[in-house]
Amino acid sequence: MLRIGQAQFDSIRRHGEATYPDECCGVLIGHVEDNDNIVIDALSAENTRSDSAHNRYHIAPQELIRIQQQARRRGLDIVGFYHSHPDHPAEWSKTDLEEAHWIGCSYVITRVSGSLTGGDGDALRCRAMETNSFLLAGMGEEDKRLEPQSIEIADVVGAQ
Amino acid sequence: MHIHIPTPLRVYTGKQSVVQVAGNTVSDVLTALTTKFPELRKHLYTEEGKLRAFVNVYLNDEDIRYIVQQENAPVKETDTLSIIPSIAGGAPSSATSSSTKLLTPEEMARYSRHLILPEVGEEGQLKLKAARVLCIGAGGLGAPLTLYLAAAGVGTLGIVDFDLVEASNLQRQVIHGTSDIGRPKLDSAEDSLKAINPNVDIVKFPTRLSSENALEIFENFDIIADGTDNFPTRYLVNDACVLSGKPNAYASIFRFEGQASVFGTKEGPCYRCLYPEPPPPGLVPSCAEGGVLGILPGLLGIIQATEVIKLILSAGEPLIGRLLLVDALAMRFRELKLHKNPECPVCGTHPSITKLIDYEQFCGLPSKSDAPAALVNGIPQMQVEELKRRRDAGEDLFLLDVREPYEFAIAQMGGHLIPLNDLPNRVRELDPKKEIVVQCKVGGRSQMAAEFLAQNGFEKIYNLAGGIIAWSEKVDPKVPKY
Repeated sequence: MLRIGQAQFDSIRRHGEATYPDECCGVLIGHVEDNDNIVIDALSAENTRSDSAHNRYHIAPQELIRIQQQARRRGLDIVGFYHSHPDHPAEWSKTDLEEAHWIGCSYVITRVSGSLTGGDGDALRCRAMETNSFLLAGMGEEDKRLEPQSIEIADVVGAQ
Repeated sequence: MHIHIPTPLRVYTGKQSVVQVAGNTVSDVLTALTTKFPELRKHLYTEEGKLRAFVNVYLNDEDIRYIVQQENAPVKETDTLSIIPSIAGGAPSSATSSSTKLLTPEEMARYSRHLILPEVGEEGQLKLKAARVLCIGAGGLGAPLTLYLAAAGVGTLGIVDFDLVEASNLQRQVIHGTSDIGRPKLDSAEDSLKAINPNVDIVKFPTRLSSENALEIFENFDIIADGTDNFPTRYLVNDACVLSGKPNAYASIFRFEGQASVFGTKEGPCYRCLYPEPPPPGLVPSCAEGGVLGILPGLLGIIQATEVIKLILSAGEPLIGRLLLVDALAMRFRELKLHKNPECPVCGTHPSITKLIDYEQFCGLPSKSDAPAALVNGIPQMQVEELKRRRDAGEDLFLLDVREPYEFAIAQMGGHLIPLNDLPNRVRELDPKKEIVVQCKVGGRSQMAAEFLAQNGFEKIYNLAGGIIAWSEKVDPKVPKY
């Protein structure tokens, strides 16, 4: 199970809307408790895939190192990642599985649906739809798999 | 020095997030780490001993791949080494994702009838512009398919075809004109498509689609539209679509009937769920043998184009899990439900086909890469050149023509006519002691006839490879091709 506070849950969905039609991405930090990933904070990251940001994301390793250091200072760990699928279901894609290497972490995906509406200066309108979480299970690269994981929205002690 | 271990690898370091090891270079330190925790090795290195592509190793804040000395870079006691598996991914394909690019005024005018449809609109038109569709074949189905996809504004159209335009194509392949006879179909198609819509990027593949090149060609496309006329390529396209996770807008035609569906999606069936095995060679005649109503590929190709556009727009109900049957003579459309077969060898839950195979062999045909087969199902194959040589030498060969009378009336090469279906009743007309060469239009029906005769005690039976068409092409051009 993934346990996350309402504020953190909302913030990852708002992030997806803010970057639409590009994918957003970020890191979930917290701790592991009885096989549950508990999210204390959701940190947005920059999507470095400027070549194809509408359907790819990548977090720069330097940014990950910074986030990891920041988490460590707070006594926390990286427990998951999130990204958005603009105009695509919140299901993991082949690319998502191939590029997922953090076994034990949660991969949270939000569908953001939008439309370019004419008339008022082609305003970009979009809305976060469903959000799903998948646990990267397995022993290694050979047998890794993304398994659906329930999300519990609850007040998480220590969340900010 | 300190090495920071990421969460997923801590199971191999006894849950330690920071490991203290000694060494003078990055390489020393990593070796010390994997000696201390041997389980880590296979997670960090490939079998060849190279760092896995997705594993980043940072010395302080520098990627060691970009430090001049790389793994031999010296390290100090106060340095920090971080192991960071990469974080990346993305939505399934760009075809159905929005593009930030905008339409030009010329495109606004061109696509205005799309733009005022709420189901398409500017967003949909941008999706069409970003879409990359690969059409297999620029023939009967490929002609209307590519013409309409280009007109609709599909941004990138790939076409695979290696044929030249022939006179017999013009009755249905409306993308080619009379003056194109003898030109590569790809060049002729490109001219027609560019004339309709110069914005379309045409990518030409002047090659035969094969197990060697299919996945590589498919890689740069989002949707595949199969307009092929033969079983080996149809199974090849199906399997390559399933393996690469790309939908296949499929149609096929025969005489007055056609069928269409969308195969190869994650949720739906594939062509093999419908037909696990191909029919025996020769049982289903090709259009060249059986004929086809010229308008029929127009009808079916446009159904394919419609499905492609719907997939790109994520609009309406795709033909996934449904087989549309079209009967042009009765002008009736029927629909069959198709189910994904969990036992399917390619898209089932435990697939036995995980890479592309030899599809000629799978369909019971001699492999294209080999020299002409000497034997097919036990029947010796005679090449037209050999028949000519032996006829010229005055040898007593009996030529049995198993085509239909109306074909015989169009062209013949001196054979004795017994249509394939009459053969069982008229077998007594033949002398089992003579050497008999069986011939049809291109060699499919004659192979079946030869196998029938062999089973009925005839011992000296040959199949004429390539039939009367090969005879016309290689020996006697005065015999008309039809």
